[in-house]
Amino acid sequence: MPAIQVTNLSKSYGEVKALSDVCLSVETGEMYGLIGPDGAGKTTLIRIIATLLLPDGGNARVLGLDTVSQYKELRGEIGYMPAVFSLYSDLTVQENLNFFAGIFGTTVKENYDLIKGVYHMLEPFKDRPAGKLSGGMKQKLALSCALIHRPKVLILDEPTTGVDAVSRMELWNLLHEIKNQGITIFVSTAYMDEAKQCDRVALIQKGTILGVNTPEGFAHMFPYKLFAVYASDIWKHSDAIRRLNACETAYMFGHSLHFATKSSNENADSLGQILKSIGIDAVVKEIDAGIEDYFIYQLSEK
Amino acid sequence: MKNVIEVENLVKKFGSFVAVNNLTFTVGKGEIFGLLGANGAGKTTTIRMLCGLLSPTSGKISVAGYDAYTQPEQIRANIGYMSQKFSLYSDLTVWENIRFFGGIYGLWGKALKGRALELVEDFKMHDFKDIMVESLPVGWRQRISLAVSLVHKPPVIFLDEPTSGVDPVARRMFWETIHHISSLGTTVIVTTHYMDEAEYCHTALVMVDGKIGALGKPGELKQKYVVETMNELFLSLARNGNTKS
Repeated sequence: MPAIQVTNLSKSYGEVKALSDVCLSVETGEMYGLIGPDGAGKTTLIRIIATLLLPDGGNARVLGLDTVSQYKELRGEIGYMPAVFSLYSDLTVQENLNFFAGIFGTTVKENYDLIKGVYHMLEPFKDRPAGKLSGGMKQKLALSCALIHRPKVLILDEPTTGVDAVSRMELWNLLHEIKNQGITIFVSTAYMDEAKQCDRVALIQKGTILGVNTPEGFAHMFPYKLFAVYASDIWKHSDAIRRLNACETAYMFGHSLHFATKSSNENADSLGQILKSIGIDAVVKEIDAGIEDYFIYQLSEK
Repeated sequence: MKNVIEVENLVKKFGSFVAVNNLTFTVGKGEIFGLLGANGAGKTTTIRMLCGLLSPTSGKISVAGYDAYTQPEQIRANIGYMSQKFSLYSDLTVWENIRFFGGIYGLWGKALKGRALELVEDFKMHDFKDIMVESLPVGWRQRISLAVSLVHKPPVIFLDEPTSGVDPVARRMFWETIHHISSLGTTVIVTTHYMDEAEYCHTALVMVDGKIGALGKPGELKQKYVVETMNELFLSLARNGNTKS
């Protein structure tokens, strides 16, 4: 039995379709990422899975329990960390933890080994009101509170949005530790580069799942040949490059431009020649597509 | 290159806490200058001083030729500002938004109309200038926000995490627009949490605990610190800092 099973799920807000016919399945013990931009439907899907929102059609089961008819049983088994900070700002770190432990009929002591990785970073601030913590520390407290009842499935809605690259890395390290304790993790993010942290990833855009795969697996789903083009002042040339017959898409990736072509005859040398013919002196390398290349391909198809 | 921003030995203290500790840098005309750093490293404090919203404790700041101590109002009138939260009026058309914000900056009559037409031209907005903002895709709204924040022709524009949560195509479209306005001579100061975007800047300043952790062209910085990406550079610098959070 999968830890999370979503079948033909749909949800609309008035005329806006937030989710259309979404299906996915998360294995027990998996770190599963839901990746897409703002407005793609991530929060809606997560709220339905977390028993907080009713779907219009289809169903979601977590640990075999239906999120609508069996929500009471399910709530004791899942941990949920919403996208916005929702702890009590005027309670201290310690008080918040005790409060959430109490609600779930347990104590901080009983489950301390599960949260200690996160909590030892918070300990110096344990008497500070939660509202006065920095962004990174608020996240860590929210994570501790979501874990305090030792859930079997942990659901996190964009835990890394708005936090810097260092805090993001710390948070992912904590999630890996939690996963190692056997907890299934379902996490959403708008950062494509975080895909590599997950066992599998579902890409979502406009309420539809564009594809599910391992982070490396998306390379095989990319239908074109892909090249990285390095040249000085490449921004000036992007329009000219896009006008080339061989060019399917051309987008900047860090300090190179990723050039996708349908033509299987092209290689790094021939593309270098083509670029030279329009006055661009470039170093060209053939590369494997990443998840962001695949996402851009999907967006460009529509 | 003529310097549009000059900062020398800039310090800002809040009580005994030194938020910005002896910054010195210059930004030239048309330069895209990335201001990076962990949360709490002093980016926001620096930007607020550069925008004339916060007075420095000591040191020199000049923005667009105006002094931050004596001419903060002139600075505010000569900069553009756009953040991820900056929103257009969604029930006005693109054209109406440009005219509304132009009016706020004191443009009117022929001058306002002329500037609005110029922006439509620069940002290639002919096809949808009469469309309601709410019915446009996110990527376009971002570009219109940027156009609107340039309505008073500021020599410098501040972009505070402009692409947060935006899809990968729209994010890149937006950066192409940034390079376009830079080529037209506007200086751009930008903050971001996407480290691949740090590579898109002409110059990057990585702040660590209120100080300069690294400053230079992304390519040269990567060589100097022997790293493949700006993300690696950022992590190694920020990890050595004492930055909380």
